[in-house]
Amino acid sequence: MEKKVYSRTIGINDSISGFCPGCMHSTIHKFIGEVEEELGIVERLVRVEGVGCCGLGQKYVTHDTTLAPHGRACAVATGLKRTSPDSIVYTYQGDGDLASIGLAETMHAANRGENISVIFINNAIYGMTGGQMAPTTLLGMKTTTTPGGRDPEKKHGYPMHMCEILNQLTAPYYLERVTIIDPASARRTKAAIKKAFQYQMEGRGFCMVEIVTSCPTNWGLTPVKALDFIRENMLKEFPLGVIRDHGCEKSGSSETN
Amino acid sequence: MAKVFMKGCEAIAESAVRAGCRFFAGYPITPQNEIPEYFARRLPEIGGTFVQGESEIASVNMIYGAAQTGTRVMSSSSSTGISLYSEGISFLASARIPAVIVNVARGGPGIGDIRPAQMDYLQATKASGNGGFRMIVYVPSTVQECVDMVYEAFDVAFRDENPVMILADGVLGTMMEPVVLPEMKSDAEVQSLKDAHRPKAIVGHPLAERALAHPGNIGEDHELRNKQAAAMYETWQTNSLRAEHFMDEDADILIASYGISARVSKAAIRDLRKEGYKVGLIRPLIASPFPYADYENINFDRVKGILDVEMSIPALMKWDVEHAVRGRTPIRECLRSGGNIMTKEKVLAEAHALIKEVLG
Repeated sequence: MEKKVYSRTIGINDSISGFCPGCMHSTIHKFIGEVEEELGIVERLVRVEGVGCCGLGQKYVTHDTTLAPHGRACAVATGLKRTSPDSIVYTYQGDGDLASIGLAETMHAANRGENISVIFINNAIYGMTGGQMAPTTLLGMKTTTTPGGRDPEKKHGYPMHMCEILNQLTAPYYLERVTIIDPASARRTKAAIKKAFQYQMEGRGFCMVEIVTSCPTNWGLTPVKALDFIRENMLKEFPLGVIRDHGCEKSGSSETN
Repeated sequence: MAKVFMKGCEAIAESAVRAGCRFFAGYPITPQNEIPEYFARRLPEIGGTFVQGESEIASVNMIYGAAQTGTRVMSSSSSTGISLYSEGISFLASARIPAVIVNVARGGPGIGDIRPAQMDYLQATKASGNGGFRMIVYVPSTVQECVDMVYEAFDVAFRDENPVMILADGVLGTMMEPVVLPEMKSDAEVQSLKDAHRPKAIVGHPLAERALAHPGNIGEDHELRNKQAAAMYETWQTNSLRAEHFMDEDADILIASYGISARVSKAAIRDLRKEGYKVGLIRPLIASPFPYADYENINFDRVKGILDVEMSIPALMKWDVEHAVRGRTPIRECLRSGGNIMTKEKVLAEAHALIKEVLG
């Protein structure tokens, strides 16, 4: 007797992925789809996507989707959620979108405690535009706009740690940094997305899941070597873990996975 | 209906509320601060939402988000603040999302002057953002017109699925006048308007019918969407051309003006008529689409000159008037700027100069 043990989630369609080999957007979209299905919110979920590669996700998800101008996803999500409180609204933003051009919108949505979920894809580089320096680019990392490597002496600045920056604010409810480099970390990432959506369903307020990912194409590395780069370099700059979880502090029952 | 005595900005906000506006986001800038302040008090009373955005950029994107739930939305700003709305307005037009935006204009360019001006004419009517979209732009000249145009603008925005702008100025925003307010739409009516727009909203769709703003973004026929928008703009030629003709039946001198300058011009025209001069006025009530035919069809055998009256240096609406007149009569300018409000005396002086030039 055959038994079906796994199938594609109804949260994503059957399109062939157009993301580069080794890109983690595909995996993250699968997790979002699985989580919405498990939580029974397929018809309530609304995606506000940033531009660049994040804006390609609308090809694959099956829930309502809008596109924000570059950096403005948290402002757009604010308007959506305030006027459609039953919707579960999440933004899907890269590092340039969330931490550079959209820094003000991110900070102030967090500071107001907007009841939205932010999925922040941090791969330390601009992807679709071809590999320019991002606010999260590591020191020494070569990009097309820092050909000699990111150098604070040249006023390139330092990597920005968005979870820690938002942790200075009073209102945010849940901030966690995760990655996808092996099955265990992948499971933690899915659990973090689920927790952020659940908290929104409970009306807890602003939650952000920062996912440390790769960009093999613009890093100039094979997908496997890109995973090594995350392990050896990215995670030293961006340590994983729960930065804040008011739900866990209060109930003591909200363990991540 | 009874008249009430209201400040322009507050009357604009109350009219929006009565038209069913239930979401407002805005950022402080003079001379329109009474609009967000009024909404901050008023919207919570009726189950609406007011958000003070962290910037103009955030504010316009908040209404862009809120409008995608089918909610009637508004934002207001002034001149240099409206410049920061450009990208958001372009996105509203691209995704065909209804919204009402009020510009209580001040001096320019740049930070300009907090006092009234009419220097945003070309920005409002020709290119409020990138990408060649068009937008209906109302140009009121009294607080009553502000009220009536705002009320109508919501229906027009939903009819066309497009942003609509009210281009007022700091005089209208800050002056008090008696006005008749329009009828308050009931909660049931507001809800049914929102429900009626549900298929076009971006929330709450079943799995098989998911909604997607900006479908052109994923390779569907972007050109087709531009053609559809252009065809919609074309409908304005039959439903949105609007101009007032004032004492122009026998006029041999015409004033072309709009908004508060047109109102000052009317006072000058009454004086000129008493002096025996046949002076009239044609002014757009909607500046985009521009009522070219009203100027095109002037009797140029009789009209010997046109005086373009604007609170802008250089003259801006004059470009549209010239486009219709095509050299068939001389157009002279009567302009103020730098926060100086147009005066009857200035219009009288320039009108006398034109009369002397063309009538001898």
